[in-house]
Amino acid sequence: MSYIIKGETGDWEIVVGLEVHCEVISKAKLFSGAATAFGSEPNTQVSFVDAGFPGMLPVINHECVEQAIRTGFGLNATINKKSIFARKNYYYADLPNGYQISQSDHPIISDGYIDVDLENGETRRIGIERLHLEQDAGKLMHDQHPSKTFVDLNRAGVALMEIVSRPDIRSPEEAGAYLRKLRSIVRYIGSCDGNMDEGSMRCDANVSVHRPGEPFGTRAEIKNVNSIRFVMQAIEYEAMRQVELIESGGKVVQETRKFDSVKGETKSMRSKETAVDYRYFYDPDLIPLVLDDALIERLRSEMPELPDAKKKRFIQDYNLPAYDAGQLVAEKEIANYFEAAAKGHDAKKVANYIMGDLFAVLNKQGKSISESPVKPENLGRMVDLINDGTISSRIAKDVFIFMVEEGKTPDEIVAEKGLKQVTDTSAIEKMVDDVLASNPDKVAEYKGGKEKLLGWFVGQAMRASKGKANPAMLNEMVKKKLDA
Amino acid sequence: MSIDREMVKRLGILSRLRIPEENMDEMVGELTKILGWVDQLKDVDTDNVLPMNSVVEDMKLREREDEITDGNIRNEILANAPESMDGYFLVPKVVE
Repeated sequence: MSYIIKGETGDWEIVVGLEVHCEVISKAKLFSGAATAFGSEPNTQVSFVDAGFPGMLPVINHECVEQAIRTGFGLNATINKKSIFARKNYYYADLPNGYQISQSDHPIISDGYIDVDLENGETRRIGIERLHLEQDAGKLMHDQHPSKTFVDLNRAGVALMEIVSRPDIRSPEEAGAYLRKLRSIVRYIGSCDGNMDEGSMRCDANVSVHRPGEPFGTRAEIKNVNSIRFVMQAIEYEAMRQVELIESGGKVVQETRKFDSVKGETKSMRSKETAVDYRYFYDPDLIPLVLDDALIERLRSEMPELPDAKKKRFIQDYNLPAYDAGQLVAEKEIANYFEAAAKGHDAKKVANYIMGDLFAVLNKQGKSISESPVKPENLGRMVDLINDGTISSRIAKDVFIFMVEEGKTPDEIVAEKGLKQVTDTSAIEKMVDDVLASNPDKVAEYKGGKEKLLGWFVGQAMRASKGKANPAMLNEMVKKKLDA
Repeated sequence: MSIDREMVKRLGILSRLRIPEENMDEMVGELTKILGWVDQLKDVDTDNVLPMNSVVEDMKLREREDEITDGNIRNEILANAPESMDGYFLVPKVVE
């Protein structure tokens, strides 16, 4: 179903392209040997290269090149055997050279795509125009002094992958799904940690609107949005703003806008007069980067299993529904946990417990799956105990809580707490007889036609068994006795 | 391609150069001449000639291993800064 904005004068469609900056995971910077670690003392991770001292020359970090290539494979893209670094010129205090080393018309990666899953079960293919390597800028602090800006260059020169989508995105939901998928892929590969709140993944959104069937409208670019939810909100707001602007006789201008997450609106950042002109030219300090086939083939052979392939395998090998498989592969750690828990057990049931009870507990405790209080092998074993009739699924809820609280194996818990399910017909019969005998008035009411009381008797008998009676057998016994 | 005063002014802004009014005409003239010379290059037939991105194209780009070999030289980094405080460079307030 397509996303349509109902304007005063008719329908509008939206077109979105996203530019995502991913900070590359590497020990040292893209062109210098200074460290990249987050949160160090200001200007301690800065070399003369990063600070733009005269005469210093950039030397590329091979690992950053490999990370870009791996990510290129993850994006189903072309790895360009020759790419060229260029200077993007602008003057700002976060960039001491007066230019950022980036790539312009010869990026290292081009022409890829990723498939994203939508809420309604549809899959959409979003094209990737390019991925290029470039330097991150330093950090400015404007609130430390009345007339001065503080500059910390620790981040200046850290490698970034800028990943540019094609204008294939047609709704805020698709934009969100694209970002989640992209984050999932770079995390699987280990080329970026994908933490938008720490700024290691940042997003610019190009948004335009047009009438169905007509050419695309003029786009505005919303800069540096720092969460997936905000990207979706910013797109929704911006598209609406453009529709209202056009319908009231105005014209969308191509400009850079900023998203105010508190007010939930976008506003213009730069006026036309100060519009930048980056005057790209090939960086004379760096000759073209040429990749040899051996390197590309080695990296291809070392690629880990990515979310799409894993999802397919989960559906095939574990008989999971597509939705469940999609949920489980979104994060590599969850997928690993599932496989450890499901191996040799009832995988569908294991998946249900992970997505239900376990996620609820992790959510409540603010923990990630790798900190799970329940070991995967214990979860798998608990499912076995349910399936072989040792415990009922009702008791399993209690066993699960004990596993969370005490970290013991389900066998230990069942033995210690005496939670073994009662499946002995004569024992169940006795419990039911006792309940009926001590409630003759209710029995009479039931026989008088108040059949709703059946559930009440089952409940009483279940309580008498401390929840351990086999629910199906108990049900049947109560019915049999009452109707006798 | 010709250069006018507006263009020179804009180039000045982009390059952070103040171009005094009395030098404007001279700059317009000189830049126009330079571009005229560049235009002459277009007369050369470059069909079937691959663009040269570097004069040392037979060389391989030098690469570094991913090791931390630099940094922790804050005093040297800040030594030439007109102003610094608490380990930061200080610059006139710039809010874009």
